[in-house]
Amino acid sequence: MLIRDTATGYGLATRLMHWLMAVAIVALFVLGLWMVTLDYTSPYYNLAPDIHRSAGILLLILLVFRFAWRIANERPADAELSRFEAAASRAVHWGFYPLLLALMASGYLISTADGRPIEVFGWFSVPSLVQKDGLEDTAGLVHEVLAYVTIALAAVHTIAALKHHFVDRSRILTRMWSGPPAS
Amino acid sequence: MKLVLVPHALMAVALALSQPAAAADYVIDTKNAHASINFRISHLGFSWLVGRFNRFSGTFSFDDTNPAASKVKVEIDAQSVDTNHAERDKHIRKPDFLDVAKYPTATFESTAVKITGEGKATILGSLTLHGVTKEIAIEAERVGGGNDPWGGVRAGFAGTTTLSLADFGIDFSHLGPASKEVELTLNVEGIRQ
Repeated sequence: MLIRDTATGYGLATRLMHWLMAVAIVALFVLGLWMVTLDYTSPYYNLAPDIHRSAGILLLILLVFRFAWRIANERPADAELSRFEAAASRAVHWGFYPLLLALMASGYLISTADGRPIEVFGWFSVPSLVQKDGLEDTAGLVHEVLAYVTIALAAVHTIAALKHHFVDRSRILTRMWSGPPAS
Repeated sequence: MKLVLVPHALMAVALALSQPAAAADYVIDTKNAHASINFRISHLGFSWLVGRFNRFSGTFSFDDTNPAASKVKVEIDAQSVDTNHAERDKHIRKPDFLDVAKYPTATFESTAVKITGEGKATILGSLTLHGVTKEIAIEAERVGGGNDPWGGVRAGFAGTTTLSLADFGIDFSHLGPASKEVELTLNVEGIRQ
């Protein structure tokens, strides 16, 4: 079982991180939309944001690790893509990193705007670094907009992957699931 | 008796002349924060949640000899609500509660002052909050006043009132029956202009 990525496919680490983050990002988006609608007396009123914040911090750590892993690993070739497809896929793939970083940073800034730390499942806490009057409102707006942008980008990414799979009949989608072919 | 009264009356006149006799205008000292607008609301009926508005401005006119002619006007920046919890403040500013994007300013302007006792008065006036204007009554007391150590003249008051949030179109019903009213405590120190 290959851990690292090669010229012909993605290793186990990249594939695990890809699908874990895919599920986590969609789950956090849905959780975020749902938790802000909760009534004050809902049993999930405090629990849902606690989980959202905690999972978000873990995802941020994973994002940083994944970025380092991407840099340190060979990138599988995309020879079958047209020039436009190759450029667009690079833009989408690299676009996810700053977008997700900004999304998570803005979420962090909402919860820490008054100096409170973020408790991550009670395991450890992330201290507040920036306190500013009204920061929670600005960060809140940025967080909401970037969440929709992230989901939109994920939708483009998904549609493109399905197009490569069903229309082009290439290995683009399956290689993220099953790894490099045995040679 | 008359002989005794006359010097007293003269003294009162002399005192009135040495003091500002007419109504004087004061600016509420928000610059150096000798004024605060605080509120408290029940949390589930278990405890008091305390908050305040950090930004406001106002003026009043006050006459020692005719306190019933006093007037006061205050403008509050609704955005500046502060309950020492940024996430809660963010929620309070949303349309669920104060809707500060739509109603950025709350104002109070007195319409009448009724003297109720020595240094005590009921200030009647219109409070505009959440876009709704209602008549309210503030129970006020004079705390003190006079020359300050820096060459100015100051007058200070404290006031309390209780608002029903439903009166101002704010739906706190999902906070529970214990949280339908909010108590306001106002501390005001004015510098004579």
